[in-house]
Amino acid sequence: MNFLKKFGIPIATLIVFCLIWEFIVWINGWPNYVMASPSDLGPSFLKFRWLFLEYGWDTLWRTVAGLLLAIVFGVVVGMIMGFSRTIREAIYPLLVGFNAIPKATVVPVVALLFVGQHDLNTILIAFMISFFPITVSISIGLSTLEPEYRDILLSLGASRFTIFRKIALPKTLPEFFGALKVSVTLAFIGTNLMEIVEPHGRGLGHLFDSGKISADYPLMFAVLIALAIMGIGLYYVVIVLEKIFAGWADRDVT
Amino acid sequence: MSSKALIEIKNVKHAYQTDAGPLPVLDGLNVEVAKGDFTAVVGPSGCGKSTLTRLIAGLLFPNEGKVFLQGKRVTSPRNIVGMAFQNPVLLEWRSILDNVRLPLEIVPNELSRKQIDDRGYELLAMVGLEGFEDKRPSELSGGMRQRASLCRALAHRPEVLILDEPFAALDAFTREDLWQIMHELRHQEAFTCLLITHDLRESVFLADQVVVLSDRPAKTQYTLDVPFGRDRDLDDLYTPEATEILRDLRYQIQVAQKRVDEEIQEIDK
Repeated sequence: MNFLKKFGIPIATLIVFCLIWEFIVWINGWPNYVMASPSDLGPSFLKFRWLFLEYGWDTLWRTVAGLLLAIVFGVVVGMIMGFSRTIREAIYPLLVGFNAIPKATVVPVVALLFVGQHDLNTILIAFMISFFPITVSISIGLSTLEPEYRDILLSLGASRFTIFRKIALPKTLPEFFGALKVSVTLAFIGTNLMEIVEPHGRGLGHLFDSGKISADYPLMFAVLIALAIMGIGLYYVVIVLEKIFAGWADRDVT
Repeated sequence: MSSKALIEIKNVKHAYQTDAGPLPVLDGLNVEVAKGDFTAVVGPSGCGKSTLTRLIAGLLFPNEGKVFLQGKRVTSPRNIVGMAFQNPVLLEWRSILDNVRLPLEIVPNELSRKQIDDRGYELLAMVGLEGFEDKRPSELSGGMRQRASLCRALAHRPEVLILDEPFAALDAFTREDLWQIMHELRHQEAFTCLLITHDLRESVFLADQVVVLSDRPAKTQYTLDVPFGRDRDLDDLYTPEATEILRDLRYQIQVAQKRVDEEIQEIDK
């Protein structure tokens, strides 16, 4: 029953969603260049299955690399901002300003900065678009630590590092994972932005672009679905990590 | 008494630096607590009572005057102190037992892992939390969390227990339960206690000595020796003698708030 609830219901929802999609396309009589239907996707996936695997892998590892970079950078900057009010106030406007710039406009800048370094460029955009939520969550988590926690450990003679390790770090984990869920999807957007806007022959973004150029509309839809599947997959990886490292914050689990 | 006092606060003056200039909170405060005694500090709100706890714990140093623990001047935090606050601040990601163990992970000691666990079990049993050792703090009621917080404060057998309004956020019945638990803990564990509270009945029920602080900047306004023995019953609070003591304290608080002077001036007019 539990298994059915956990996996059966989401899968059934997906099937119903596809049926409705198929039905809407069918009843309107749309040709596949207006709106592809789920039944068009299967042949597309089959026809380009090796490209999907190869390019899917490119997109996935670049996204994960950008995300890891965002985690390292976000945690370090978030920590500094969380512990020093002066630094927080000093760099907040800078961060917000940077985050407000549409990343599509940064793509050509980065592409020119590191001409030909396609992997690096793609990872950089994934990183730039996804670090902000992590930075903010860590800095808020640390700066809102109740002073009593600190006092209890300080009065026992604990060092600042001990306080960070025993209290600040674990206490911030739920906020961190909350931000990471947002960042995962953002990182995918970043990767594909680079792959589509600056095509360089690799990644699912490039496959999408090829579909557009060759007017293969079902292929374009298939790429979107492949991206969605990868996004869901990575999201659930984060959920599993969260359960392992911050499961205590989930009040429903007894 | 002064040579034997475990906690000695001598002529302490302290002011906080604010944007509007220095804000004096303590002005010539003198408090002495003998080893094994239980002292309650009461006073108008915002009169600097919590500052007092931070001075004793070595988290803050006075502008003027001296604070001694065991005859030695307090110049840094000393791990002979245990603290509990109104907010129990339990670590939500740890079990109750692991929360109680926390001080023994920080204070150097030669206890084995098993001895540390046994100390936790022993304390939790004293406060009626046996069977809850493996629960998370979020699964416990407010009163139970506060009991666990008291156990944590006592885990490393501190000489001095500092309680900063630990029962203030609890409902009246839970609070009375915890008062009785405090008495039981005092029978089992050797500690000197300084309790900050707003509750006069609490101070009279728990303490050997009640110190009334004046309005901010605080100095010692009045000291009362509670004429009850160590074994106390809640019914003791409803005797004429207790009523007399409470009325006396209440009057002193009003003097501290300078309300009495105003009333007298009104009458003079």
